[in-house]
Amino acid sequence: MFAFIMRRLGTLVVILFGSSFILYNLTAISGDPTEQLKFSTDPKAKQQMIALVRQLDLNTPPPVRYFKWLKGILKAFTGHIDFGMTRTNEFVSARLASAIPTTLRLVTAAALIAIVLGIALGVTTALRQYSRFDYVVTFFSFLMFSLPIFWVAVLLKQFLAIKFNDFLGKGQIPMGWAIGLSIATAFFWAGIIGSKRETFLKVLGAAFLSNFALLEFLSLSHWFLTPKLGPIVVFIFAVGIAYGVTAISTGLELKPALRAAQTMAVVTLIMYYPVNYLFNHYSSVWLLLALLAATFATAWAAGLYWSKIDRGPVIRTAMISGGLMGAIIVLDRLMQTWTPYLQMDGVNGRPIPTVGQQDPLLTEPDFWTNLLDRSVHLFLPTIALTLISFAGYIRFSRGTLLEVLNQDYIRTARAKGLSERTVIMRHAFRNTMIPLTTIIVVDLAGIIGGAIITERVFGWSGMGTLFNGAISGLDLNLLMGVFFCTATLSVLANLVSDLLYSALDPRIRVGSK
Amino acid sequence: MAFGRKKNSVEVSQTDGGENAIANKEVEGLSQRQIVLRRFVRHRAAMISLFVLISVVVFVFTASEFHIGPVGWNGWWHYTINDAPDLLRCPNGNVGCPTLTITPGKNFGLGAHPFGQDDIGHDYFALVMRGAQRSLLVTFIIGLIAGTIGTVIGSIAGFYRGRVDNALMRLVDFLITIPSIIIGSVIGYHFGNLGATFLALYLGLFAWTGLSRLVRGEFLTLRERDFVDAARVAGASNRRIIFKHILPNAVGVIIVSVTLLMSGAILLETALSYLGFGVVEPDVSLGLLISKYQDSFTTRPWLFWYPGLFIITIALSINFIGDGLRDAFDPRQRRRITKKDRARASEIKKERESLS
Repeated sequence: MFAFIMRRLGTLVVILFGSSFILYNLTAISGDPTEQLKFSTDPKAKQQMIALVRQLDLNTPPPVRYFKWLKGILKAFTGHIDFGMTRTNEFVSARLASAIPTTLRLVTAAALIAIVLGIALGVTTALRQYSRFDYVVTFFSFLMFSLPIFWVAVLLKQFLAIKFNDFLGKGQIPMGWAIGLSIATAFFWAGIIGSKRETFLKVLGAAFLSNFALLEFLSLSHWFLTPKLGPIVVFIFAVGIAYGVTAISTGLELKPALRAAQTMAVVTLIMYYPVNYLFNHYSSVWLLLALLAATFATAWAAGLYWSKIDRGPVIRTAMISGGLMGAIIVLDRLMQTWTPYLQMDGVNGRPIPTVGQQDPLLTEPDFWTNLLDRSVHLFLPTIALTLISFAGYIRFSRGTLLEVLNQDYIRTARAKGLSERTVIMRHAFRNTMIPLTTIIVVDLAGIIGGAIITERVFGWSGMGTLFNGAISGLDLNLLMGVFFCTATLSVLANLVSDLLYSALDPRIRVGSK
Repeated sequence: MAFGRKKNSVEVSQTDGGENAIANKEVEGLSQRQIVLRRFVRHRAAMISLFVLISVVVFVFTASEFHIGPVGWNGWWHYTINDAPDLLRCPNGNVGCPTLTITPGKNFGLGAHPFGQDDIGHDYFALVMRGAQRSLLVTFIIGLIAGTIGTVIGSIAGFYRGRVDNALMRLVDFLITIPSIIIGSVIGYHFGNLGATFLALYLGLFAWTGLSRLVRGEFLTLRERDFVDAARVAGASNRRIIFKHILPNAVGVIIVSVTLLMSGAILLETALSYLGFGVVEPDVSLGLLISKYQDSFTTRPWLFWYPGLFIITIALSINFIGDGLRDAFDPRQRRRITKKDRARASEIKKERESLS
């Protein structure tokens, strides 16, 4: 194994060397930075040209210049890597250091949502293969697959941002929208749950009525203007999470797991006010992380207390539900910031912005306002990126799960009388996740350089903008800096995904040669 | 593929379990090609898409003038992309809006400018047609070049294995490290002014990597199969084994991934043109049109709608055709079981019971 990894790392270095060499020379020979000055009639042009040639070291032929650049990179072994300077005399590494976090912020949420939603939809469509639900989701996933992202982005800006802002400013749902939304969600749930006509109609009716009632109630009580959950609603959500997570993770028959999850719900209720006190007085990222750790510790303890023999699944269930309940409390706290945020400078009752990374008019926002501000700025780009990328996950997870469900061991599992939940979650879904994990790893590495168009449409300045500027400005060092980051990540991700594959799937052995 | 092409009918007639009765009835006595064709024709979405795609191609290429070198024709549409007639005023006071009317009535039909006019009066229908031509051209060229290179390299690597395989796959690793949009941008920025055809040629030279990996994998498994051994024992040459025994079995994987490659290529081309690295003015492409007019969306939305509509139609129909082909080529896939199938299955079952 060790030898295998070392050999692969060795090849990686060679590959990176080769592709950076090719890219460097390709870019260097295909454009001349002095071209503009050559035809310039400015008397100073000659001088400027000499300066430019010296600055960019143009008298050295590109292959030799490449090795000079490489020397800077190889300094990484001595501790200070040198990407060189941009044409505007900034450190490339400084530009990268400011661009990478922006890009990460832009794509992380979208990637997570796309993965979770995509897999969930893929699994449900596979389980309802050839149902109407399956056809509808398949059609939409193909449609998403075929959409150019800049087109979607402009549409989102025009329709969603404007209409949604109007709605958020007024806080009233028009009757037509309420009915339409309720019908859409009702069909969604009925499509997932109802396999027979009778259950389908029942779920359809129930979901429509409850959705419609909820929307009307929220609308009439001006909830959208002053959204809040409060301890009681948080507790109701927590109980719902407890049952839902247990049902999926271990099945409701496993009483200890259910008890542990319920305990977490009660803890959520008890801790609601103390945690809010902490949020109001000591809010920071570290507090959130500490609280998350505390939640997991509590969940672990609750799992230990209730479990009799199967400790693992019980603790796992408690931890997942605890984490989700924590998220609900954070969401509740964010909602409390909503009403004051609406009135702030630069927001003025239209909270969904169409461009930018944050509101420049906010002066010294507190932690929660800042968080909320950044979240609303992420709203449209996240929707656009999610819409485009989750179609792939739907298709892939659906296909893989269908293939797994055809395997003999699934038949065996069913034949020995396991419950359908166990067959699906433990035997089928886990095996579906093996190829999915490896794909996700590679995708996650790819998104660092991948959001070029989204950044441009929504006016973010991350890696994509950097790259764009580097190409059109013929800024070789900057371009190579961006390339170095994306390429290194992508080859490493490929290696990790290979190793993961062999770790997860005992049928596959790497390095057995 | 689960079973080889030649043994298909044998294997099918051997498995006579009740649950396979429907599936077996369907393929008995048919060659692989007939089965695939039949499955594909039955795939409704794919057939509709095929029809739509062909119609779009014919419509787009005949509407506006089209020239490659000396060959070419003038389209039936009376404006070209360079004509700039006066802007027409429309009923609501705007200028240059689309005259296309699909509801029956007095104005039914194309009108003077079916897709409207752009800001200086160019006929937008002619522009969109030219853009769609460029996009389609790029898509097909990339599909052809990348498909050919990917298949050849993948087959060689998978068939000969060893050192050849190693060398070729390292080459693939080289190219895969560079994201396609980066390659596209670099190429497009520096060679974009050579025209759409050259852009597509260059992009095609880099787009084959994923396909070659797939083909290699397919060859690696197929070359170990019994029918390949049988052919070798019978004295077949490498050439014959590759072209007569392995390639026909791998053709499903190849065709499906080429369609996916093409639907990705059209989006890549539009994205590059949008960024300004693809097709550049004075030529026209769909991405370029959208990029140029995205700010006028509120005032004259048709400048934005029509190119987008064509991109989506083309990409969507290619995707559905690919899906239909995948289903058709995959012998393991189960078709949707209709009421008619159930009735036939129970009939077969009854027959069997009465026999035994």
